[in-house]
Amino acid sequence: MSDAVSDRPNQTGKRRSLFNKLELDLRLLGMVGAFVLICLLFNILTGGQFVTPRNLFNLTIQTVSVAIMATGMVFIIVTRHIDLAVGALLATCSAVMAMTQTSWAVDLLGLAPGHPMLAWIAIVAGVIVGALIGGFQGFIVGYLSVPSFIVTLGGLLVWRNVAWYLTSGQTIGPLNETFQLFGGINGTLGATGSWIAGIVAAAAALFALFNARRAKMRHDFPVKPVWAEALVGAIFVVVILGFIAILNAYQVPERVLARQFEAQGLEVPAGYTASYGLPISVLLLIAVAVVMTVIARKTRFGRYIFATGGNPDAAELSGIDTRALTVKVFALMGVLVALAALVASSRLTFHSNDIGTLDELRVIAAAVIGGTALAGGVGTIYGAILGALIMQSLQSGMAMVGVDAPLQNIVVGTVLVLAVLIDIIYRRRVEG
Amino acid sequence: MAMTTETDRSGTPLVSMKNISIAFGGVQAVDDVSIDVYPGEVVGLLGHNGAGKSTLIKILAGAYRADSGEIRINGELADIRSPADARKYNIETIYQTLALADNLDASANLFLGRELTTPFGLVDDSAMEAETRKIMKRLNPNFKKFSVPVSALSGGQRQSVAIARAVYFNAKIVIMDEPTAALGVHETEMVADLIKELKSQGLGIFLISHDTREMMALCDRVSVMKNGALVGSERVEDVTEDDILSMIILGKNPKREAA
Ligand SMILES: Nc1ncnc2c1ncn2[C@@H]1O[C@H](COP(=O)(O)OP(=O)(O)OP(=O)(O)O)[C@@H](O)[C@H]1O
Ligand SMILES: [Mg+2]
Repeated sequence: MSDAVSDRPNQTGKRRSLFNKLELDLRLLGMVGAFVLICLLFNILTGGQFVTPRNLFNLTIQTVSVAIMATGMVFIIVTRHIDLAVGALLATCSAVMAMTQTSWAVDLLGLAPGHPMLAWIAIVAGVIVGALIGGFQGFIVGYLSVPSFIVTLGGLLVWRNVAWYLTSGQTIGPLNETFQLFGGINGTLGATGSWIAGIVAAAAALFALFNARRAKMRHDFPVKPVWAEALVGAIFVVVILGFIAILNAYQVPERVLARQFEAQGLEVPAGYTASYGLPISVLLLIAVAVVMTVIARKTRFGRYIFATGGNPDAAELSGIDTRALTVKVFALMGVLVALAALVASSRLTFHSNDIGTLDELRVIAAAVIGGTALAGGVGTIYGAILGALIMQSLQSGMAMVGVDAPLQNIVVGTVLVLAVLIDIIYRRRVEG
Repeated sequence: MAMTTETDRSGTPLVSMKNISIAFGGVQAVDDVSIDVYPGEVVGLLGHNGAGKSTLIKILAGAYRADSGEIRINGELADIRSPADARKYNIETIYQTLALADNLDASANLFLGRELTTPFGLVDDSAMEAETRKIMKRLNPNFKKFSVPVSALSGGQRQSVAIARAVYFNAKIVIMDEPTAALGVHETEMVADLIKELKSQGLGIFLISHDTREMMALCDRVSVMKNGALVGSERVEDVTEDDILSMIILGKNPKREAA
């Protein structure tokens, strides 16, 4: 009997040390667990329709736009600000890109409509406009000391209607074919390309792990045991390649293939199949995630963002120009909004007036569900992306089950509050 | 009680703050105060709560800009508009509030604003942690919590991080605003030793503390403030602890009154 009692602390001790050895983030595990739970639940409710390659593919491309913006919102919230204007700014950037490729650049440069160059010119124009407007809002917040809540609340009205004027309230489309490659299903790498991308990503992940270990060893810091390191590496590789395998399992439907071959005056060969594979929009999101994570963890800019969020006075006394930092953070948010506008409008294949409506709420919710603390100083990029994925899977799942729109919104709103509550309780336990 | 080595005050002072004034709204926090420090000298600032000590040294540290007055470093007019400017003059400060980013670890705080970087311009966390371990071994050998946010540290541990930051970067002038407030007996002694070591290296030190006895032991001179104004500056060997106490409380300089 006494054995059983003395056993218990020993066991939890063992379990904790296993977590420590793997240096796994409990919050990350919690979010992955929540996502898996949502998937399983809806899979049962839809009779096996949710966890299919087709639906997971769609889920992924639906998440990209909000996820890209959520990574920027992490920096905004970490520095103790908020951006309510991202949905409206998305509309302005989308309008600029749509007008540039269908009319402004066509007239100005004399390019034929549909010329591939137009897509790139439009993207550059959109990104510049996003950066300028974001930076402008950041200037008012940082240098003129107007609270970001007010500046971006005003921006929410202003940019939505600037977009309206840019397009005279019209829907603009169809968008350039090259531009549409960023929308999701219209631009994918195919099976082989996706495998190559997956293998490169897996190799990069392993290399990053190896490098981090080497840096620690060089300074004689304690490192994880080799088996733990290998296990983490193996998890990375399985997740990356598993993701590619799922996307590749989604086959291009026969009628779509037939249409494609017909366009070239050919017939589909017997037994011919093709996979969509990794969408370019998802590749863009991965690139954004990597760049943003490197900024957060490995650059001075990122270090100052977190320091300022943790203690603005200390940051300033350490010689950090927190005003300029605010401008940069909002400008970066603007660039990401422009990229999100690229993905969102090209997914629709046209620009519409109401594009991005309510996105500010989805983006903030994604960041907060992903563990970004509204008090500032704390947040992760991967958390925000997972948060966006969780939100999107809830919404898609409910739509598939046939929950009507009002109830969907009620559920999403409730989940947001619950997620923050759980986060607060978790933090209290860990830190208190 | 006073330190044995006599400071040479014949040359130009390392720092001289002249006729400094600053007001916050209606409060005259510092009122026409002049203080200076010579190389290898420890100058103590004393005064009741709200006397203006922290405000005065924050002007030297670049956190506030004086309404009037001038700062000279090695005799030359210094233009200190920001904490970054102060760092350029090799002025390092331990703030009363410690000024640490609670969400970052010890080494991120130590190097905040002056991060070590790799050849690619990325922050080199392992190199910074290695340096932090080195200096902490010297300042506080018991310090082990290198990879947790400083919010998880005790008051004294946080204070040693702030002290490490002030002495790591080859300061010429060190400002210490109540550096021993949260420290135990042993740690306080270590800070005293550190101050003596910095002094022997020829640094100029401004020290703020409410412990008159400690100040008599560590400082070469003390300056007393009351209600933003300077009551007087005296060499410690010329005054008694009681003299200083009456300067603090009454705002009068008994020595000068008698003369
Ligand atoms: N940022 C500020 N804004 C307004 N008033 C201030 C500010 N900083 C200081 N003061 C005022 O200036 C006066 C001097 O404050 P200071 O902090 O310099 O005192 P101190 O001598 O350091 O006191 P203590 O021994 O309590 O640390 C006080 O009346 C204080 O209220
Ligand atoms: Mg003070």
